Order: sequence, then structure tokens, then C-alpha cells
Amino acid sequence: MTRLKKSRRPASRTLQKALTGIQGLDEITAGGLPRGRPTLISGGAGSGKTMFGLEFLVRGATEYGEPGVFISFEETIPDLVRNAASLGFDLERLVAEKKVFLDHVHVARSDIAETGEYDLDGLFIRIADAVRQVGARRVVLDTIETLFAELPNPGILRAEIRRLFGWLKDKGLTTIITAERDGHDKLTRHGIEEFVSDCVILLDHRTRDEISTRRMRIVKYRGSTHGTNEYPFLIDDTGISVLPISSLGLDHPAPAVRISTGITRLDGMMGGRGFFRGSSVLMSGTSGAGKTSVASHFVDAACRRGERCLYFAFEESPRQIVRNMRSIGIDLEPWVTKGLLQFQAARPTYGGIEQHLLVTHKCVSSFKPSIVVVDPITNLLTVSTIGEVRSMLTRMVDFLKTQQITAIFTSLTAGSGTLEANEADISTLMDTWLLLKSIEVGGELNRALYVLKSRGMDHSNQIREFLLTDHGLQLLDVYLGPDGVLTGSARLTQEGREKAASTSRQQQLDSHGRELARRRSAFEARMNLLRSEFDVETEMLQRTIAASALLDHELRQDRGQMLLSREADALAYKKGPSAPGVRKRANGHA
Amino acid sequence: MATRKKAVQPPRKREPRKTVAWKLRLYVAGQTAKSIRAFANLKVLCDEHLRGRYEIEVIDLLLHPHMARGDQIVAVPTLVIKLPHPVRKIIGDLSDTDKVLVGLALQQVI
Repeated sequence: MTRLKKSRRPASRTLQKALTGIQGLDEITAGGLPRGRPTLISGGAGSGKTMFGLEFLVRGATEYGEPGVFISFEETIPDLVRNAASLGFDLERLVAEKKVFLDHVHVARSDIAETGEYDLDGLFIRIADAVRQVGARRVVLDTIETLFAELPNPGILRAEIRRLFGWLKDKGLTTIITAERDGHDKLTRHGIEEFVSDCVILLDHRTRDEISTRRMRIVKYRGSTHGTNEYPFLIDDTGISVLPISSLGLDHPAPAVRISTGITRLDGMMGGRGFFRGSSVLMSGTSGAGKTSVASHFVDAACRRGERCLYFAFEESPRQIVRNMRSIGIDLEPWVTKGLLQFQAARPTYGGIEQHLLVTHKCVSSFKPSIVVVDPITNLLTVSTIGEVRSMLTRMVDFLKTQQITAIFTSLTAGSGTLEANEADISTLMDTWLLLKSIEVGGELNRALYVLKSRGMDHSNQIREFLLTDHGLQLLDVYLGPDGVLTGSARLTQEGREKAASTSRQQQLDSHGRELARRRSAFEARMNLLRSEFDVETEMLQRTIAASALLDHELRQDRGQMLLSREADALAYKKGPSAPGVRKRANGHA
Repeated sequence: MATRKKAVQPPRKREPRKTVAWKLRLYVAGQTAKSIRAFANLKVLCDEHLRGRYEIEVIDLLLHPHMARGDQIVAVPTLVIKLPHPVRKIIGDLSDTDKVLVGLALQQVI
């Protein structure tokens, strides 16, 4: 007892806390339950109160070196041991090691009569004895309110229970008191919450659409900050796991490493280098738009690089995916056998949304993948509401980001309505959003892909048509015409049309060329004709000139001879005016 | 007053012919007013109705805390009627004589 008192003293200065060891709870409560004080756990039937108490005790005994006492007012000790075994706790061993003391307090009203005043010293003594036997620091009273049903005189009982809590506090025992919740307005059936003023936690077990979800809320925690939300929690073979919605905060690392999408042209659309490692990618599209195929490409590429991939399939069985992907030339089987690819397939309805999240956590922790694919997240909506899916995805994205795991979420969009609107509230969580669209043109559906957003990188704003061929996925440019995007046969028709137009243009060009050549040759022919005519004329004229010059000369000679013969004046002959002019012209033509 | 275990042995040897038909065990926690009152009430009642046919065992849980578990004692004082069967418990200081007599199967429920 002196030891307990010593340890209690510092608690008066600052509120000390006792770690519960329950996964996630210590984060919400910022360190556990108030040390040395009672905490009330309230909840309906089957909400997990006893499990909560058991885990608190067992974790205390095994992980924090704080032995504990479990006082059960409802279940017998063999039942308790069996229940604890379902959480993976070996109570019998802990009892044998004197780390835990179990006591079953059984009071049956049928064989009790009240004859005057009484007190609960019997219970006090039993608890004190149990505490002494194992040196307990933690106590669980499950569920003390059953005493009200079995012992007469509630007035005395209330006073005694109040005294009990005070006494437990005096002893510095961290105590959990469980209580059945009565209706929705009262935390406990008999109002014992008024004696427990330090910490109250409410457990809830809700069923919506035949899927149950457990939730936890800290109603009050005096002297401490705490998360005030309703936190989903799970009970499975490793105990309770509380899943804090945003306990991780927004301080995850942001590596600048890029990884290929496995589709060269898609890489090209994102600055040529693909996704950021550790980013989250949303791929939404209508059914049959090729979401799984794109995801498989990514998985295939990652496995080729030797990275591990975890594939959550909510729609198809692993074998079906492997078979179907073979048809587009991707063989995932070798990766499965090599242990690089792990499928986790289940119908979403097999459990609540939190269970899915927990499975994710577990698989990721054990498999340590660098890529996680969830295909498709929209199937989770069948077991939950959009709000819950969003909160689950927030936590999942946070979790994966802290592990620097690249996550691909596919999302099925309903046939009607705009794609962007439906996913708007999920998309804010995502770093990259690829939209796969079926485009209807000319009586056929064709697939198109575009990058709607991609944080922190250049990305193409263009729509690409993609084809699923025998050897994988191919991205093609689409035609943008007056009628919008053309794909498929419309694209082929357009291609044909453009080809024809180009041919005819070429032909026209050729014919123009030929016409020019023809004209040129015609022109040249005429030129030659003209030139030859000119030459002929020239020749004729020259001949005429020469003839007349000769004639003139002869005439002059004749005249000279005549003059000689007539013995005329020689001077008159020499001074003949026309003789030099004639000579000059003849010279010019020579 | 003696409140030790088996501190009070009724004088059964005085009437050896009669076997002990009422085996009573009174659980108390220390010598509180309630426990003293309970023992006194019980003694008076037994002497009046069960002279020589009873045996009272007083157990102080402060001294023997582990004893509380065997008989599922929560409240004190608790009188456990071991015999005659069935085992019954009466809690309180036994000031309501009628109820104690019913508990001891000495009186029909009115």
C-alpha cells in the first residue's frame, strides 16, 4: 500500500496517465486513462465493454508491468478465460504467474433476504485482498450495476458504490468500471456516472444495412485534452483496435521520386516520369472503362522493378483478374508465385468498413508493399455511407502515405451524371486523378483517358484514346473535331477522310505542276517560232540590202565608166554624195 | 464480544440427543456497530427458537479475507444458512426478526 501511495503523489501535480495498450486508444486519449482514478466505460449489450476491460488489464500486466484484478459481476471465471482466449490472451497463465487476479462476484437475489442495514465491506475486502495478492495497479469492475438488481435497498447500494470508487481512488488504483447504457440519454442504468467524474468512454455497436460497426467516443476526460470524435473500433483475434480518424496528422514525407505507370504514353502525359512515389492516385471511370487494366499495368511495371504490390480486389477473384489480364498481354501469375504480388480479395459486405481498414493495416504491416491497389473503393459504399467511406479513405491514405506507399484507388462511376461531381469529396484526398471515360460516337463506345489533376507535376490536358490490345494498353491521340472528341471508328473514318483529302490535294498539286510545265513548253515553242521567223526576215532583209548595195555599186561603176568613156570631170565623180553612206551601211551589216 | 472464527460455540453438548440442524455462518468485517448488532440479534433469535440445535460460526473478513469468495460475500453483515438446505443468505444487521425467521425456515411467509 505504501508503494501505491508513493506513486500517487506526483499525480496530484499533473495528471498522470496509464497506457491502456489498446491500439489507437492511447493516441486519442493522449497517453491512456487517468492513472489512479476510475474510468467509466458505458455501452449497450455486446458493445465490447468486457473486452475493453480485459484488454486494459492484460496489456497492463504483460506490457507495462502493472498487475491487475478483474472483478466480474456477470461472467464466471471459465467464461472469462474463454472470452479472453478469443482475443488471444492467455488469462490462465497470467493468473498462474500472479499477474492477474480474477474474481467472480455472484449474488443471486433469490437466496438473499435483507434484514436491516448492511454495507459492501465484503466486496471491499475481496477487492483489497485480490489487489494485495498480485500487487495490482489496475482494477476492472464488470459490471458493478448488476448489484442493483440483486441486492435490496438501492439507497444503501448507491452510497456504498460511491464509497467504493472513493476507496479505489485512495488506493491509487487505475480502475475501469463498466456499465450498461440505458437508452440514449443515460450513460448508466442507475446513474453511477455521477461518482466517476474523471473519464467516461462510450462504446456503441450500431447496425446499418445489416452491417455492424463498433464506435467509441470519449464523453469526458477531466484535466486532459482528448479526441472528441466517434472513433470506429474493432475487436478481433488480436484485441481491440481503435482507428483514429486523423491521429497521424498531415506530416507525412513527400518524396520527389517518380515511378512509371507502366504505360509509356501515360508517363508522357505526366511530365514523362509517371506518379510520385507515395502519392495516392484515384482512377475513376464507368464500368468497363478499363480501370482494372490500367491498374494492372501499374502493378506489372512495379513487379518488374522488383517492388511488392498488394492488391485489394472487391469485385473479382484473384484468379479471374490474372486470367482477364492475360487477355491484354499482362501475366500477373509469375509475380504472385514470386511473392511480389499479393491479392486480398473479399466481398465488401463481409465486414464493416472499419474491418476493411483494419485488414489493410494488417496486410500492409505484414507484407510491406510499396504499392497498394484498391479495386474499387466504390464497392465499399454498399456497406457504408459516403461519409464513412471518405473518413476511412482519409485514414487509409494517411496511413499509406506515412509508409510511403503509392496507392491506386479505382472508383466506379455511375453511368449517369458527371464524373467529377460524384467523386468530388473523395478526390480532394488524392494527389492524382485519372479519369477513364467511355465516349459514345457513331453508335459505339470507346475508351478515353485524361489526367484531371496531378499535384506537383506538369501534366497533359489532353484526352487520349486508349485501346486494349493483345500486347497491352495503348494510348492514342484522339481527333478533336467540331463534334467533339472522335474515337474508335469515328476516328478511323476521320483518319480515312483526312487521308483522302490529302491525296486529292497532292493530285491537285501535281496537276498544277504539270500545267505549268505544259505552259512553259508551249511558251518556249512559240518563242522559238518567233525567233526563227525573225531570223528568216532578218536574212531576207539583209539579202535585200546587200542586193541593193550591189546594185548601187554597179550603177556607180557603170556611171563612172560611162563618165570615163564620156571623159567627164574626175572631180564630179569623187564628190558623189551617196557613196560614203552606202559604204557605211554595208559595213554595219558585215 | 468474540468475533473470531468459531469464537462462539453454542452449548450443544448440553443436549446431545438433538443433532445440529441449523448451521449458521455470520460474516462480518471487524467489530463495527452493525456486526455487533447482527450477532446480538442472531444470538437472541437462536436461543429463543433453536435452543441447542444450532451452531454459529462468526467469520471476520478482515482477518480472513479469502473466505469471502467461497460464500460469495459482497455485503456485510451476511448470515449464511448452510443447513438446512437450500443455502440462503440474509444480509443486514438482522434487526427484522420476521425476515430472519423466514430465512431460517422457521416461519412461513405471511
